[in-house]
Amino acid sequence: MAFVVVLALVLVILNLPQAVATKAKLAVGSLFLPLFGLATLTRDLGQQAGKHLPPPSALIAELDRTRRENRELRVLVAQGDEALRENDRLRQLLGWKPQLPWATKPARIIARDTANWWRTARIDRGTRDDLRPNLPVVSADGLVGKIGEVGLTTAEVVFVGDPKCRVAVVVRETSEHGVLSSSSVGVLDHRLMDLTHLPRHTALKPGQRVFTSGLGGVFPAGLPVGTIVDYRSVGYGLYTEARVKLSADTSRLNEVLVLFP
Amino acid sequence: MNGPQTLILLVLALLGVFAEAVVDFPRVWLRTQFDVLPPLMVYASLTGGVGTLVLLATVGGICADALSGNPMGVSVLPLFWVGLALHWRRELILRDLPYAQFVLGGMAAAAVPVLTLVVLLTLGENSLLGWGTLWQLLVVTIGGAALTPLCFSVMETLKRAFAYQPSTTTPFPANREIKRGRY
Repeated sequence: MAFVVVLALVLVILNLPQAVATKAKLAVGSLFLPLFGLATLTRDLGQQAGKHLPPPSALIAELDRTRRENRELRVLVAQGDEALRENDRLRQLLGWKPQLPWATKPARIIARDTANWWRTARIDRGTRDDLRPNLPVVSADGLVGKIGEVGLTTAEVVFVGDPKCRVAVVVRETSEHGVLSSSSVGVLDHRLMDLTHLPRHTALKPGQRVFTSGLGGVFPAGLPVGTIVDYRSVGYGLYTEARVKLSADTSRLNEVLVLFP
Repeated sequence: MNGPQTLILLVLALLGVFAEAVVDFPRVWLRTQFDVLPPLMVYASLTGGVGTLVLLATVGGICADALSGNPMGVSVLPLFWVGLALHWRRELILRDLPYAQFVLGGMAAAAVPVLTLVVLLTLGENSLLGWGTLWQLLVVTIGGAALTPLCFSVMETLKRAFAYQPSTTTPFPANREIKRGRY
């Protein structure tokens, strides 16, 4: 009898319309919000306590290093600004549509997937912060993933490497386009991905850089994704498949940036 | 298992699922996260009734699915199947012995993810599978086996803390007690 009850309940839940199931999932997930808040507060307190521990000499050295880095970055930003202005001028001359810069919103990862066969996480931003599904998520190292289901105060990030997140990419050095998808090797090494749909005769070499191509409409072009590790011929020599090591280590990320068009 | 004990079990299941999502150990080092629900299900199946199993499988499974990429309800059936299988044979199981708890916890921790993956594949979900999944299963099995005696110990401690304490004083004065034997 109990078995029939559970089976019926599961069948009902599994057959809910997609929108209702998503809302139900977000509603159940929101039960954990006070606990997430508590965990974040505890982590912050720990970090603040840690800030009092370093000796002054280490702090001074860190300050010097940061100032030096800041000066270098200012020069790079100035160069970048000049390049952007030049790009805009050339676009106007050619009559191309101007590229709009993407706005960013920082978010903190508050939970990771409890199942071992998905690569997702939860961030502390939601519809309240204008988030919506399929917005790109990046870190300082490169592409991280995209936004999945969005609740009022939290949202799911589907990492690159999850079967639900495929990315159209281009190899910078060879201009060859391909699709980055999850790899069976990626179960243990989450930074290793398969680059498929490459042409038969390829000029790939290990160490070449991979960027988003902008095709597909989800990710803007030019986001760093990773580097080529190796490649092999598949489909009786008809295609080439490569392995790519992702730039961003998603297992150690605590903060990410959500991109807004 | 009475009402408060069932409630404690459910609260522990919620906290366990939350800890799985928030705590990075052992995920960062072993690329796998332990599952707290199978050990709790072993405890529930050996000490509680079918109602407790239904509640734990439903609440625990739905909460675990809410914090993962699983479709809602996928984890409920595997948890319940494992719990029911143990519950049917519980009279034959030496439930008080830690090594029996260890073995049962390992078996349950291995069975639940395998059954969940079977359900996912049946539903046509394309999850992340490969040879590394065997390593993940091994880690989850060992983790579940180690957590089960701990889970029994925690639940028994909580049960004692919330139950009436046995009376330690006797209504008879000690100096009026008739002592027998040599002393």
